[in-house]
Amino acid sequence: MSFSWMAWTLPTAIFFITIFALIAAMGVWEYLSPGGGPRVGILRFETTRGDRLFVSLLGSAFIHLAWLGLGGPSLWWALALSVVYAIGVFRFV
Amino acid sequence: MEKTWNNKAWFLVLPVLLLVAFSAVIPLMTVVNYSVQDTFGNNQFFWAGTDWFVEILTSPRFWDALWRNLIFSAVILAIEVPLGILIALNMPKHGLGVPVCLVLMALPLLIPWNVVGTIWQVFGRVDIGLLGYFLNSLGISYNYTQNPTHAWATVIVMDVWHWTSLVVLLCYAGLVSIPDAYYQAARIDGASRWSVFRYIQLPKMKRVLLIAVLLRFMDSFMIYTEPFVVTGGGPGNSTTFLSIDLVKMAIGQFDLGPAAAMSIIYFLIILLLSWVFYTVMTQSDAEQK
Repeated sequence: MSFSWMAWTLPTAIFFITIFALIAAMGVWEYLSPGGGPRVGILRFETTRGDRLFVSLLGSAFIHLAWLGLGGPSLWWALALSVVYAIGVFRFV
Repeated sequence: MEKTWNNKAWFLVLPVLLLVAFSAVIPLMTVVNYSVQDTFGNNQFFWAGTDWFVEILTSPRFWDALWRNLIFSAVILAIEVPLGILIALNMPKHGLGVPVCLVLMALPLLIPWNVVGTIWQVFGRVDIGLLGYFLNSLGISYNYTQNPTHAWATVIVMDVWHWTSLVVLLCYAGLVSIPDAYYQAARIDGASRWSVFRYIQLPKMKRVLLIAVLLRFMDSFMIYTEPFVVTGGGPGNSTTFLSIDLVKMAIGQFDLGPAAAMSIIYFLIILLLSWVFYTVMTQSDAEQK
């Protein structure tokens, strides 16, 4: 079966493997510690681990877009900022 | 009571997962792949990196279409939600009027989107359309093909005509599920009509309103067929919403790379706004409990 019509490239393959690995890791985390770890953080409403991953990924996407729109084509600083943001979300949200 | 865990249930979810994978995940992955490449057809691609994203994010054409879309969705929600609630509140709850009203309300929803566009395209025409002819005979120089304000008004009225029924039916479903005991208690307490609405009907409609707002926001933000059939995005670019602009770019110009980048930005905006709507409405619901 050929997937050439999907126009795969190495960077996009790495991107999707990372996303699927994150989701798989969340599944393992849930298996080891069931219940989703609900808590009320700085947003003042209850979030689970899945919610925090969603907020992290969505926020990271917008950080990258903002960097592209305002900064330039190099995304390494945007990636670093997104990692810091995601750690913040998992710690405080 | 303790929950019974049965991992075999996961296999029952498998068909849906496969369906979503083929209808949504794989196409989305393909769009992401296209967004970082350029192609001239024949399945040949050239690496472009983030160029298309920079091009779209710095393009006034994209921001203009986005603002038009946001304003359109805001106007649609501001009209359709209160109007839908008002109609649902005044619909009969018993007797022959119920099926008659329900059928009448369901009719616009059963009409295909391109047919709705064609109906309003003809209806608004000055030469043969009832609306256009009537407005002009009143001395109003209405012409949606030349005047951007008239084009906007036509598209908004058309959407209200087409989709308010959905809000009505959802609200009506919420209203009929309220037990009579609530109304009897309110009558005994001497509650006003407004109090009954504010403290009984509105809280009971909240869940269906959440669905209505989400559906109407997402639909209006992705609107394509009706305005395309009525105005074609004009006059000028006055009714060119994101989806129309996207199709022009992808099919009209065959700029698949920029169109894919625009699709991803468009998708992320819808995802963000839907999440905000959903979170705000479910949290205010949770706070009330």
